Amino acid sequence: MSLSLDDVKRIAYLARIAIDDVEAAAVLKQLSGIFALIEQMQAVDTTGIEPMSHAQNVVLRLRDDAVTQPDQHELFQSIAPQVEAGLYLVPKVIE
Amino acid sequence: MFNFSLKQLSDLLAAKKISSAEVTREFLGRINRLNPLYNAFITVNEEASLQQALVADTKIAQGLAQPLTGIPVAHKDIFCAKGWRTTCGSKILSNFIAPYDAHVVERFKERGMVILGKTNMDEFAMGSSSETSYYGPVKNPWDVRAVPGGSSGGSAAAVAARMAPAAIGTDTGGSIRQPAALCGISGIKPTYGVVSRYGMIAFASSLDQGGPMARSAEDLALVLNVMAGFDARDSTSLDRPPEDYTRDLTKTLAGLKIGLPREYFAEGLSDDVAQAVEAAVGQYRKLGASTVEISLPNTKLSIPVYYVLAPAEASSNLSRYDGVRYGYRAPQYNDLLDMYRKTRAQGFGAEVKRRILIGTYVLSHGYYDAYYLKAQKLRRLIAQDFAEAFKKCDVIMGPTSPTAAFNIGEKSGDPVQMYLSDIYTIAVNLAGLPGMSIPCGFSHKKLPVGLHIIGNYFSEARMLNIAHQYQLATDWHKRMPEGI
Repeated sequence: MSLSLDDVKRIAYLARIAIDDVEAAAVLKQLSGIFALIEQMQAVDTTGIEPMSHAQNVVLRLRDDAVTQPDQHELFQSIAPQVEAGLYLVPKVIE
Repeated sequence: MFNFSLKQLSDLLAAKKISSAEVTREFLGRINRLNPLYNAFITVNEEASLQQALVADTKIAQGLAQPLTGIPVAHKDIFCAKGWRTTCGSKILSNFIAPYDAHVVERFKERGMVILGKTNMDEFAMGSSSETSYYGPVKNPWDVRAVPGGSSGGSAAAVAARMAPAAIGTDTGGSIRQPAALCGISGIKPTYGVVSRYGMIAFASSLDQGGPMARSAEDLALVLNVMAGFDARDSTSLDRPPEDYTRDLTKTLAGLKIGLPREYFAEGLSDDVAQAVEAAVGQYRKLGASTVEISLPNTKLSIPVYYVLAPAEASSNLSRYDGVRYGYRAPQYNDLLDMYRKTRAQGFGAEVKRRILIGTYVLSHGYYDAYYLKAQKLRRLIAQDFAEAFKKCDVIMGPTSPTAAFNIGEKSGDPVQMYLSDIYTIAVNLAGLPGMSIPCGFSHKKLPVGLHIIGNYFSEARMLNIAHQYQLATDWHKRMPEGI
């Protein structure tokens, strides 16, 4: 598969990364090279093979629905770019 | 003092012959003098380190010393340490003061160990040369024109230049083992799940593992003893009985079967690296081991598989960096969407952006099956190759890296060239197996060469034994760069 400039812009939008036309063109070239590498995967037949996400057969642990952590929101919010009354401030979103 | 082993330092501390404050000052002094040459550290906080040394000395005075109490260790800047700037080598976290300790950092604190400083690294652990750091490249102490390897290059350089008696790093595709090899030190990536990832800034969650980097296998075992263990806050942390990784160090190697994959000694391998590794294997035969040729047929596939899976997981993990709750926020923006897009465009470096874009693409609608799912299936084939191999041998050996350290700038032009250099290390992360690198010689240009040791799941103690016996019979691990 080959990538187009529109593909690059579309992916950048999904990834929430601003990219101008000049950068998109440069990135397109590099990504095309990387995708050529990735295409090597298609040469191998994987019919009937189970996908593997973890080496050990583990099951996600569940825990009791009980409070175990103290409220540290003041500490955690002390490093935020903009905070007020315990809320993170961002530009207004109007649909 | 700077060349004492961790055991020596630990014993002297427990016997109150030296203090943690003295040891810490010694290394802080070396960092002061040498870091301008190598750029191994991003953050040093002498006051904070000496405070911790004081706590350690108090513990020791009360007779509460345990192994490594009072020892200062350098931390890759990927481990959150409360009150310490933790940047992950990125601009987007350049102002991030971690409000909590990583699990591993907590364990070190409990033990009374000291944080010597936060080491430089490829941005978000994405790289094999420590050149992508926002804070400038790390230089190899053996030759400042050369890279130290990556992404834990700062930790490797710190240990190689004796700026730290030990360091911790992380390994997602080789980032502990390859810099260890290129800097002539020892490093181990444990079995996936052995070291908690809580507080270890995430790159690729199914591949990331933290581990120690030091001057010898014995030192690695001592540090791993403190790092390893179950943590309920990491959903992939394995609940197993605690192990003493030093317990098998002195065992004999008689009867050990070493597997040598034919794919690891094929084209692309530098002849001086091949020579050093073959000599090391010869040494192992003298120690009583026998060798058998094995095959890991899907070795080449591990690179495309990794460069689908790791970027995919990274694109998800790095979506949290949006300028809202912490870290860098773009100074100018029109609306929320613009804030996200500019923050991330300005805050991330080129390699990180590339990988996020690849990851976003392979996970997107219409491509998930052909890329992500396909890669997960190939991952199983790669893991199966190892399972088959371990029926014929106890441990697998080969070169850690196809070449010794390359020069700064040499491979940074073409990302694919850089990716290809991970050929030996990557499959180990895909399979979740433990892997180590120890020094075994030098290249034509007198740069270190590393021997790669791959063990079966949970065989770290045996691997450390195998490395230790070699280090008793050879002195590659004792060599030091000039001028440090």
